Amino acid sequence: MNKMPKWADVALIPAINLLLALAVSALVIAYIGENPVQAMKIMIKGAVGSAYGWGYTLYYATNFIFTGLAVAVAFHARLFNIGGEGQAMLGGLGVALVCLALPWPHWTLALPAAVVGGALFGAAWAAIPAYLQAKRGSHIVITTIMFNFIASALLVYLLNNVLKVPGSMAPETPRFIEGARLPTAYDFGAWLGFTRSAPLNVAFFVALACCVGVWFLIWRTRLGYEIRAFGQSEPAAVYAGIQPVKITVIAMLISGGLAGLMGVNAVQGEAERLIIDSVQGAGFVGIAVALMGRSHPVGVLIAAVLFGALYQGGAELEFEIPAISREMIVVIQALVILFTGALDNMVRAPVARLFSGFGKGAA
Amino acid sequence: MTSQTQTGGRPDMAAPSAAPAIELRGISKAFGPVQANKDIAIRVERGTIHGIIGENGAGKSTLMSILYGFYKADAGEIFIGGQKTEIPDSQAAIRAGIGMVFQHFKLVENFTVLENVVLGAEEGAFLRPSLAKARTLLTNLSREYALDVDPDALIENLSVGHQQRVEILKALYRKADILILDEPTGVLTPSEADHLFRILHGLRDEGKTIILITHKLREIMEITDTVSVMRRGEMTATVKTAETSPTELAELMVGRKVLLRVDKTPANPGATVLDVSDLRVTDEKGVERLKGVSLNVRAGEILGIAGVAGNGQSELLQVLGGIADAKGTITLNGKPLSLSGPDSDGRARRAAGITHVPEDRHKLGLILDFAAWENTGFGYQHRPEYSHSGIMDNAALRADTDGKMERFDVRPPHNWLAAKSFSGGNQQKLVLAREMEQNPDLLLVGQPTRGVDIGAIEFIHQRLIQLRDEGKAILLVSVELEEILSLSDRIAVMFDGRIMGERLPGDTDETELGMLMAGMDGKAG
Repeated sequence: MNKMPKWADVALIPAINLLLALAVSALVIAYIGENPVQAMKIMIKGAVGSAYGWGYTLYYATNFIFTGLAVAVAFHARLFNIGGEGQAMLGGLGVALVCLALPWPHWTLALPAAVVGGALFGAAWAAIPAYLQAKRGSHIVITTIMFNFIASALLVYLLNNVLKVPGSMAPETPRFIEGARLPTAYDFGAWLGFTRSAPLNVAFFVALACCVGVWFLIWRTRLGYEIRAFGQSEPAAVYAGIQPVKITVIAMLISGGLAGLMGVNAVQGEAERLIIDSVQGAGFVGIAVALMGRSHPVGVLIAAVLFGALYQGGAELEFEIPAISREMIVVIQALVILFTGALDNMVRAPVARLFSGFGKGAA
Repeated sequence: MTSQTQTGGRPDMAAPSAAPAIELRGISKAFGPVQANKDIAIRVERGTIHGIIGENGAGKSTLMSILYGFYKADAGEIFIGGQKTEIPDSQAAIRAGIGMVFQHFKLVENFTVLENVVLGAEEGAFLRPSLAKARTLLTNLSREYALDVDPDALIENLSVGHQQRVEILKALYRKADILILDEPTGVLTPSEADHLFRILHGLRDEGKTIILITHKLREIMEITDTVSVMRRGEMTATVKTAETSPTELAELMVGRKVLLRVDKTPANPGATVLDVSDLRVTDEKGVERLKGVSLNVRAGEILGIAGVAGNGQSELLQVLGGIADAKGTITLNGKPLSLSGPDSDGRARRAAGITHVPEDRHKLGLILDFAAWENTGFGYQHRPEYSHSGIMDNAALRADTDGKMERFDVRPPHNWLAAKSFSGGNQQKLVLAREMEQNPDLLLVGQPTRGVDIGAIEFIHQRLIQLRDEGKAILLVSVELEEILSLSDRIAVMFDGRIMGERLPGDTDETELGMLMAGMDGKAG
């Protein structure tokens, strides 16, 4: 019997997971001879201790919201889309093509167009694995991960041979024109202390809107109802006249589209051109974000901010304590992913037992 | 504390006889807030067949799981042959001489009988000596108890009845003195059940003790010596079978008077609603599941499909309900239905006027993690009363669920509870309410009372008759012959994907139907 209260499920367990991850990280830091308490202070201060830190934390969080929502929507249809990386790369390509295609007079016009471009390219990249899963039964985990590699190769080819500025050594597109660039935190939030260096931009609000949109889709629309029903039980969905092929493809298109939207933040908002590695692993972090956020948009938002802080804090830590290398930061991030994602049940089972024990004691 | 006035077999009241095979004292077990077993006391005398009867959820299975070491009791003691015994796991139960035959067999399909019997009881790392030894033992056991099982047959080639005997052999091979059988006749034809009963009598006469868990009163009356009744986790009575009656037992189980017969007037059939001819279904493995089925159902009548599970009834329901593709022709009110392609899905069937109470409400009929109100719209999510332009009308669903819960007496009447939190009977009422209130021309009903308690069975049967009397056509599939006989206006028997024959309930009996269910022409016998 699952008698665990909801708050324990959504708040307590992730918090314990996080503390465990940090405790193990502290051990690792202590092992290399550094002070873990000081390291933790630097991380927290670096991530959320200043407007500067927030400017980065929320920028990373924006990426993770998009990729986290992408994984979450697919999860509701019990599809494990681990191709967020590739879909986000292609989304970035879509965004870049839109931004380069027209002499955009103002960002308010370029942004909606880039949103459509990014979503369409991301969705298109998810469409093939979705079709193969729905029609041929090719496992979505295998096909989406393969498509990550194809996306990566495709992007290298396009940037080196097609989109590169002629004569340039760098495999990147020209910088977008003024009218296609998005306002940054400095433009709309200078009064909060954001500086010019902050990569945070209006794509953050697009991400927030997507959280609301996904919530509405999943819990208010007929399509969301059918997606959830299909995810819970395919035979029951067939009984109810829901077509598995249709739901599989639609859920994956939405998922890929959300991942593709990451391009709006990373490509249009931050780099203002398409570079080789604009995604930087955010597609995979999205999996951990969706797991930790229990596939709920609010949970995804919170988890995304947490991972954003972890990224930014990690970068600060690397800068402040030279003994802690880039690889060490990756280890800490990996530990958090390990404990919140993969080892979730390790904490869940004892906590559930604890609660059923309380229940018995009270009865 | 609850009063224990009716409890039989308390140690202080028991006559001082030879040590009983099993004695349980004060067994209690709770799952969270649910008290599955409350201070259970029971004595099972050596060399008897002891029935344990009770509704679903009464705690029979929990009690037996404690005895077999699957669960640990919160309190209480177990005595085997007079010795206080701890049973922490099933290995300990086997050592104590307890064997269990589960409702769902635990056999390896592509192993032989011999291999299955030895599995888990091998002596040493090499198989050959164990198998040779087992073969002799098995042949002896098989002969001794007239089990009639070929040690070298593959399980997948055996009938269900034979597979069950393999399970019994497994227990005997492990030197079981006490055999527990959990709902053993659920999957058997009447003649297979009779054979099982003869085997059980033989085992008893050899001095074995048998505990039979069932919800079928007829079985209890037929073969047990003593019967214990459980209700809501408590042992309400233990009586000698010869000194009781089905009516008394039913009352003890439910706690009130129950109608064992279904009250109904003769049918008044109208025009043909469903006409099926030469329906054929081939499954993914290429096996033909329906081999040319033809039948019809008229308005205002119930056509009952009798048969042992797995003879094509499920496929018939699936085709009619839009879940599986088929070849042949089906017309509904004279209009042909698509049998493959997008126009043959569940949505198209519902639009045509067919609603479907599926055989397996857990796998098909309900989304167990959805709230009751979400399940109310399941399959009907496109209906204008539940959604407009793609947006679900959750308020309407909740309101409708409240009404359905009241009309179908669903308890507890909380529309926000997840479907999995309701008892079997109440889950079935949720499905029935949804499918019956869509005002169908044809209602498909599969195993309407499987895993449903007696009180709810009575209610469900009355509702089906009521729907019939409103002039609806009903196609009923059930493996319970009693249910088929008492509800149907016509009976068709299926065997091996074919209709073996049609009978009127007044002109036939269980023996004849049993013959047809086993693939024999009833007339010959």
